[in-house]
Amino acid sequence: MEKLRVGIIGSGKIGTDLLFKTMKSRYLEPVFLVGRNKGSEGLQIAKELGVEASAGGIEFLEENTNLYDCIFDATSAKSHLINNKIFKRYNKTVIDLTPAKLGPFCVPSINLNDCVNQQNVNMITCGGQAAIPMAYALKQVFKSIDYLEVVSSISSDSAGIATRENIDEYLTTTEQSLSFFSGAKKTKAILNINPAKPSVYMQTTLYAYGDFDDLELMVSSVEKMEAIVSSYVPGYKLVIRPTFEKNRITLSVSVKGQGDFLPEYAGNLDIINCAAIMTAEHKFLN
Amino acid sequence: MNQKIIISDPTLRDGNHALKHQISCQQIEQYAVAAEKAKIDVLEVGHGNGLGASSSLLGLSKESDISILETARHNCENTKLGIHFIPGFAKNSDLELALSIGVDIFRIASHCTEANVTRRYIEKVKSSNKIAYGVLMMSHMANVDELLEQASLMQGYGADGIIIMDSAGFSTPTLVRNNINHLTKNLDIEVGFHAHNNLGLAVANSLTAIECGATIIDACVKGIGAGAGNTQLEVLIAVLEKQNIPMNTSFKDVVDLVKSADEIFDSFMPSITCSTIASGMYGLFSGYLSHVERISDSLNIDKYALYERLRDRKLVAGQEDIILEEANILASG
Repeated sequence: MEKLRVGIIGSGKIGTDLLFKTMKSRYLEPVFLVGRNKGSEGLQIAKELGVEASAGGIEFLEENTNLYDCIFDATSAKSHLINNKIFKRYNKTVIDLTPAKLGPFCVPSINLNDCVNQQNVNMITCGGQAAIPMAYALKQVFKSIDYLEVVSSISSDSAGIATRENIDEYLTTTEQSLSFFSGAKKTKAILNINPAKPSVYMQTTLYAYGDFDDLELMVSSVEKMEAIVSSYVPGYKLVIRPTFEKNRITLSVSVKGQGDFLPEYAGNLDIINCAAIMTAEHKFLN
Repeated sequence: MNQKIIISDPTLRDGNHALKHQISCQQIEQYAVAAEKAKIDVLEVGHGNGLGASSSLLGLSKESDISILETARHNCENTKLGIHFIPGFAKNSDLELALSIGVDIFRIASHCTEANVTRRYIEKVKSSNKIAYGVLMMSHMANVDELLEQASLMQGYGADGIIIMDSAGFSTPTLVRNNINHLTKNLDIEVGFHAHNNLGLAVANSLTAIECGATIIDACVKGIGAGAGNTQLEVLIAVLEKQNIPMNTSFKDVVDLVKSADEIFDSFMPSITCSTIASGMYGLFSGYLSHVERISDSLNIDKYALYERLRDRKLVAGQEDIILEEANILASG
C-alpha cells in the first residue's frame, strides 16, 4: 500500500520519538530525520533504523522537496518561522510541534476535519493536548463556562531546557487554546515540575465554574471523550471523574507514555507526538 | 557578627495561606503602616503562593495582585516591598506589573531542584536594576550538594541572594546547620532562611541559620503563615536582641506591631496541632493543610492515612490537585 512520505526536522527527543511512531504507523513512511548536529543521538538512531539521517537542516529539505509530502517540525518556534517559508513555497503540509502558532490549533479528538486542508497546523502544547479534549467534553454539557483552570504536573526528567526556558509561552498558549476550544470566559494554566524518582507520569487537572444541569450527563460526555483520546493516546486515563465540590467541577487525567523512544513517564511528550501522528494519518486518509 | 540581619516579613503573603487568601486591602494598608513604624526591613505581600497564583487549585485571592501591590506600595516608604514569584504560576506579565508598580525585592522561587526555570525572570529583574533573590522551596527534598548546585545556578543568573525555604517545616537545627554552613561558605551572595513551625523549631532553626552566616530571615507577626505558621517575629526579635545580634527593629518596636496585628487580624494565631505535626514530619508543603482538612472531613477519611499517601507521592508545592485523587482512593476503600 502506498503511504504518506513523512520527513521529520528536529533530531532531539521529540523528533526521535516521532520517528519511532511514524515507523509503527500503517499510513506513514518516514523518509528522513533531519537535524543540524552531526553527532546528535537522534541521527545515529535513524541510521541504525535504516532511515536517512541528515545534519543538513532546512537546506536539506529545500534541496530534496521531491522526497516528502508532509513534514513534522520539532525544532523551535524561532526556527519554525524560517522553516515554514520553505514549506509554504513548495506547498508541503506541516505539522508544527513548536509553539510558533502560525497555523490553526489542532486537537485530533475535536477538529481534525477542519485541519485537513491547512498547509500548517499547530499542535499547541502537551498540557493543551491533555486538557482541551476534556474542556470540550465539559462544554457539551455546560450552558456556559465562566472560568476554566488547568494544572499539569510533569516529571523533571521529561522537562528539557526548552520547556523550562519557555514556561511563559507554554502558559499563554495553553490558556489561549483552552478558551478557543471551550468558550470559557476566563482561563488559567499552571505547570508543576516534579523531580520525584521513579519519575511521575503526566497528570492534568481541570477546574470548571459555570452553569450546568446534569452531572451524570457530564460524566458520560467526559468518559466518551476519554475513549476517543485513548484511541490515539493509549496511556490517557481519567483518574478523577467529574466531581462537584466547592461550587466547581474537578476532573483529572493521567498520561502514561508508550515508551517508543522516550520513557513511559514522559506522557507529556508522548501525547503531543501521538496527536501529531494522528493528524498526519488523517490527512493521508482524507 | 557585625552585619545587620535583614528582617523580611511575609505576614501579608505566607499569612494568606492561613487566612485562605482573604487578606483585604484595608488589612494590607493597616499592617503596612504598622510594619513601617516598627522598622521592619522588608514587607512581602500577595497570594500565599505569590504573584499570579490566585487559582481554583490553591485558593482564589480576595484582592487582585494589582490592588495588593498598589496598596502596599502606597504605604511602604522605608520598609522595602517584596513579592514571591513562582514560574509556572506567575508569568512575565505579572513580573512587568510588579516592576511598573515599583516593587523593590523580587523573590523568584522554584522547587529546590528546578532552579533553571528562574533564569529568565531573575535576569529580567536584574536588567531593571531591582533586587532579585533566588528562592529554593521545599529545601528538605534536596541534599546539601544539590542545594549548592541549584543556588549557584541562581547566583549565575544574577541573584543578589539565595533564600532557603523549609516549606514543610521538616528541618531540624542539625539539617539547617549543615545546609546553611555549606551555602554561606561556597556562595558569594547573601543567604536567607524561611522556616515553618510544624515541629516547633522555627525560631531555633532561624537562629541556627544566623549562626551559620545567614543574613536574611523571614518571620511573621504571631507566626501567621501556612501550616503551623512561620517563625514568630516577636519571639525571634527578642532572641536576637538577647544575643546582641544587630538589626534595625527591636523588641519594643515589635510589641506595637503585635498590638496592631491583633486588631487587624482579629487576634488570629496559627497553632501546632497533630495535623500540622504530621504534615511537617512527612515533609509535605505547609499550604496543603486547609485542603487536607476540608477534603478529609467531607469524605470522612483518616487524614493521617491521607498524609501518608501524599508523602509517598513525593509532591512539590502546588500539587494540591493530587489531594483529592488520593482521598478518593482512600474513600473508596
